Amino acid sequence: MSVNWYLIVSAMIFTLGATGVMIRRNPLVVLLCLELMLNAGNLALIGFSRMWGNGSGEIFAIVVMVIAACEVAIGLGIIVALYRRRLPVDVDELSELHG
Amino acid sequence: MTFLFFFIFAGFALAGAIGVVVLRNPFYCVLSLVVHLVALALLFLLLEAQFVAVAQIVVYAGAVMVLYVFVVGYVGGGDDPAPLWRAGTRQRALAIGFASAIFIELAIAVLGTGLSALGTEGIALTANYGTPEQIGELLLTDFLLAFELASMLLLVAAIGAVALAGRRGGIAEDEGNLSPRYGVVDLPSPAATGSMAEGVSGYGVTAPLPDPQFEGRELQQPARAAAEDDR
Repeated sequence: MSVNWYLIVSAMIFTLGATGVMIRRNPLVVLLCLELMLNAGNLALIGFSRMWGNGSGEIFAIVVMVIAACEVAIGLGIIVALYRRRLPVDVDELSELHG
Repeated sequence: MTFLFFFIFAGFALAGAIGVVVLRNPFYCVLSLVVHLVALALLFLLLEAQFVAVAQIVVYAGAVMVLYVFVVGYVGGGDDPAPLWRAGTRQRALAIGFASAIFIELAIAVLGTGLSALGTEGIALTANYGTPEQIGELLLTDFLLAFELASMLLLVAAIGAVALAGRRGGIAEDEGNLSPRYGVVDLPSPAATGSMAEGVSGYGVTAPLPDPQFEGRELQQPARAAAEDDR
């Protein structure tokens, strides 16, 4: 099973995640799609790690997981705060910063 | 055999990813992501990365997804108001165009690369490849700085999440304006913040949100009734 196959699957998942980030309007689902993109990166990292036969890529993947966990904690915190302030939970409506 | 397993797991991973993007109910999106994450962990196993696969299932499919389920229950599991396939807004067409461009670019990068090792299965592995032993050794020798920085980052993120979402935080000024008619014991929760009943019925997502300027009590009565149901 050559590493190419894993990279193509990773590219597909990344593309799906990017599509979701651009077309979904619920910020929760946007965060989920960000997770998809991070996971696509993880799959590529693990594939390259297997290709070179050393563990550095796995460490990178673990660090990416840590960053994803932080992103989830902060992102969900922001969504809960939005909800408490009774702002609409919809990224199209939250346009106060558009300049 | 590896071939067969690869296509099964990759199929599940892609199906899960498609589900996250196209399903309208956020709760089903989360469940679809769980399917995706488990399939991805199995792909990691095919790549001999046992430790990362287990960490993926425990940390991601376990802990992070539970957090998501809680927030979906809190904010509301209602459907997105507009279906995805609603005939073409321009932004949607642009988004799909950009995504196709990204995919084509990545495919060119992978297939047109000069790295001839990409076409192989990778070099022969040492016996301890991917074991906790190897990961632990790398984390405490070569990647010690990254390890410490990651733990600091987690600490900062935890504090930040509490500061953002905590009830006594500086964000929600209007939560102090509770009616004096009620005692401390049965303080009504403000409308659209809180109970699991609201979350399940999709209150605030399908129903219009109350205007922040509008202080009326009658909007808060349904929340109070729901809170009593919870008790």
